[in-house]
Amino acid sequence: MKLHPMIAALRKHKAGVVLIALQIALTLAIVCNAIFIIGQRISRVNRPTGLDESNLFLVSQQWVGAPSADSADGVAKLDAMQKEDLVALRNLPSVASVAPINSLPLLNSSWIGSVSLKPDAKFSDKAGNARTAYYFTDEQAMSTLGVKLVAGRWFNAGDVQHQGFRDNPPHPVVIVTKAMADKLFPAGDAVGKAVYADGSSSPSTIVGVVARLQVPATGSWVNDFAWNATLIPTRLNSNGSRYAVRAKPGQLEAAMKAVAPTLYRVNPLRVLDDDSVKSFADIRAKAYRADVGMAILMGVICLVLLSVTAAGIVGLTSFWVGQRHRQIGVRRALGARKVDILHYFQLENLLIAGSGALIGIGLALALNLWLMRHYEMDRLPLPYTLIGVLAVLVLGQCAVFVPARRASNVPPVTATRAV
Amino acid sequence: MFAYYMELALRSLKRSPGLTTLMVLAIGFGVAASMTSWSVFRAVSGDPIPWKSAKLFVPQIDNWGSNGRSSDGEPPNAMDYADAMALMRQHRAKLQSAMYQISPSIVPAEASRHPVNVGGHAVYGEFFPMLDVPFKYGSGWSASDDANRAQVVVIGSKLNQKLFGGANSVGRSVNIEGHDYRVVGVLDHWNPQPRYYDVVNSGGFNSQSDDVFLPFQTAIQANIQNDGNTNCYAVPKEPGFVGLQHSECVWIAFMVELDDAAAVSAYRSYLDGYAKEQQQAGRFGWAPNNRLRDLPAWLDNQHVVPSDTKVSLLVALGLLLVCLVNTIGLLLAKFLRRSGEIGVRRALGAPRRAIYLQFLTEAGMVGAAGGVLGLLLTCAGVASVGWVMPKDIASLARLDVSLLVLTLLVAVLATMLAGLYPTWRASRVQPAWQLKSN
Repeated sequence: MKLHPMIAALRKHKAGVVLIALQIALTLAIVCNAIFIIGQRISRVNRPTGLDESNLFLVSQQWVGAPSADSADGVAKLDAMQKEDLVALRNLPSVASVAPINSLPLLNSSWIGSVSLKPDAKFSDKAGNARTAYYFTDEQAMSTLGVKLVAGRWFNAGDVQHQGFRDNPPHPVVIVTKAMADKLFPAGDAVGKAVYADGSSSPSTIVGVVARLQVPATGSWVNDFAWNATLIPTRLNSNGSRYAVRAKPGQLEAAMKAVAPTLYRVNPLRVLDDDSVKSFADIRAKAYRADVGMAILMGVICLVLLSVTAAGIVGLTSFWVGQRHRQIGVRRALGARKVDILHYFQLENLLIAGSGALIGIGLALALNLWLMRHYEMDRLPLPYTLIGVLAVLVLGQCAVFVPARRASNVPPVTATRAV
Repeated sequence: MFAYYMELALRSLKRSPGLTTLMVLAIGFGVAASMTSWSVFRAVSGDPIPWKSAKLFVPQIDNWGSNGRSSDGEPPNAMDYADAMALMRQHRAKLQSAMYQISPSIVPAEASRHPVNVGGHAVYGEFFPMLDVPFKYGSGWSASDDANRAQVVVIGSKLNQKLFGGANSVGRSVNIEGHDYRVVGVLDHWNPQPRYYDVVNSGGFNSQSDDVFLPFQTAIQANIQNDGNTNCYAVPKEPGFVGLQHSECVWIAFMVELDDAAAVSAYRSYLDGYAKEQQQAGRFGWAPNNRLRDLPAWLDNQHVVPSDTKVSLLVALGLLLVCLVNTIGLLLAKFLRRSGEIGVRRALGAPRRAIYLQFLTEAGMVGAAGGVLGLLLTCAGVASVGWVMPKDIASLARLDVSLLVLTLLVAVLATMLAGLYPTWRASRVQPAWQLKSN
């Protein structure tokens, strides 16, 4: 089939052609970016934290009228209270293990610092420095969190110290994540090496490396150190405490229910409310709620957008079919087959949608560039654009099929009837 | 005549129900999507204290120097204890308050009830008049209460409900962290969004209201520690909360009221003078690098409106645009299909103006129908933003009369705008040509 007569015919209704092409271009631009946003959010939500998340929950509690963590005496008392809690929780029949911890991945409460290869480093130094989030915990954390050790050893009970929340004693041993170890020691020999935390002058020896552990915060500001976690074998003492608890398989609910009465029995003067005992699944859902919501929203908008555009194509093509009723009849009378008419409209749509898609690619890139400049968006990868182009072309073909079928059913006799 | 056009339009719309439904659906969905995201955007980007925001300022003092400055040269977004206290002591603004976020526990008087945890702020007495905080009972505290570290507290309406059943509790006492404080005021449902007086710690939006306000120095003395962010560029030299107070770590929010331009420039030069003094004293090794932004500029600087909200609004507006382009195409098809009818009307003496009126009426009716559908979908949309947006933000999206009126207005106006080009084309129809070809 020759394109020339088709283009000549399209010239007859420029406005309609331009409108459909424009609509397809805009649809493509928005759909590409929206699908890209969806893809990004899904990959963000699906990244593993490094924890074994099932059967894990977190207890956050606060003592009332507790001694101050600013005096050595107060710290000792607070630590005794924390140890009592730990013993009580570890004795629960439904609990497998418990570790005190200051935060967990996806929980928006973090202690951020930087670890360097040299003592007395400044925060502004770039080389040999790695930003990190600290987890203060104890020897039971490996089994409780379910992290995987890939080199060295885990903490033993003798490594574990305790300190006031705002104190800065030396930490002789630490465990870091593989991401962190690779950054500081590219040769892969981190175990046994000394590092210095937060500009300290006293060394901390890396005794072990874990495969993966995400930092607590999830905002975009942690993107460049999202996997740089440092574990310190220390119980933090303040007027509150957090305990990561691993329930025995299948007993998560029972373990969570048992926490409040158990802790109140140890010491009733504390705050334990609805938010105090949270399963990790809840922590995850809350952390990613906005991302999941955004993905759903973009999905809905894409669907509406594609339906509206498809409907527009059906509407305008139907109008054209109606307008060209007689010409179609003439063509049929001159020997064109039904399938020729069908192909004519399909090809015409492909032409319009194709040119719309070409403009659309430009618009999609422009929109992406603008979003990058203003809203921390990444560059739109080519596959997304190609998928978008394919989608609008297929959409156009599907939408045009119904009116084109109707056109192909116009009987040749129409040619003689109407004049 | 208008009624006649309405009747004509109705008839024409009935003649092609498929096309009409398509247009109404497109406009309905387009308008509903943009209005729903607008309702969210409006809620989060609104001025939380419109009558006064231009007079409220947030000072920033650079106590970190180039070591701690971000790449754009901005000083820290909160204050350390020394600077905040110096500004309070020198008291150069009309009203001012340093504040820090606290999260103390409250012990109910009945022994049978477990302690509860509440959010709040330690502030100065001037906080309440500065922000026009509404009181249900009592009032804030005086400057001498601040100076004397009086054991007083202002509580929120929710806590008052919980502890005292909503009765006038002024003069009664509340046990906070094991100490008794006398209630001097009860707030009247006050939970501004964004929480503009401390956006650094609240992140802007927080569905949980502040329920406890203690005098700043009283809280410091009682060792009630800060619950919000603490940012340090060096580890504090001394341990404990006292060590934090002696450090250059920033953790205190600050707000001042300045009533006119003269007061603003005076305060600006005061801040620079203060920083110079610190430089001369050897504490700052750099030239003054202060900021003094009014509240709207501060909220903008701190990116209080989540970028997801803006992107959603943008995408929804894009959807509306596509729906309108779609409507232009469909109206064009619809109008030109009736070229014969137009030709007859024109031949019988109808001026172009009449054609315009007739077809714009039709477009307007499609718009109105789309608007009504859009109204229903907007109601459904606003009711369901909770499914897709964070709770703190979704709860702010409200359906009100102005939103409903806007929905209808946008639908009708946009459709009529979309109808302009098809109508113009319709009015250009040559009567002679049409009559001949029939």
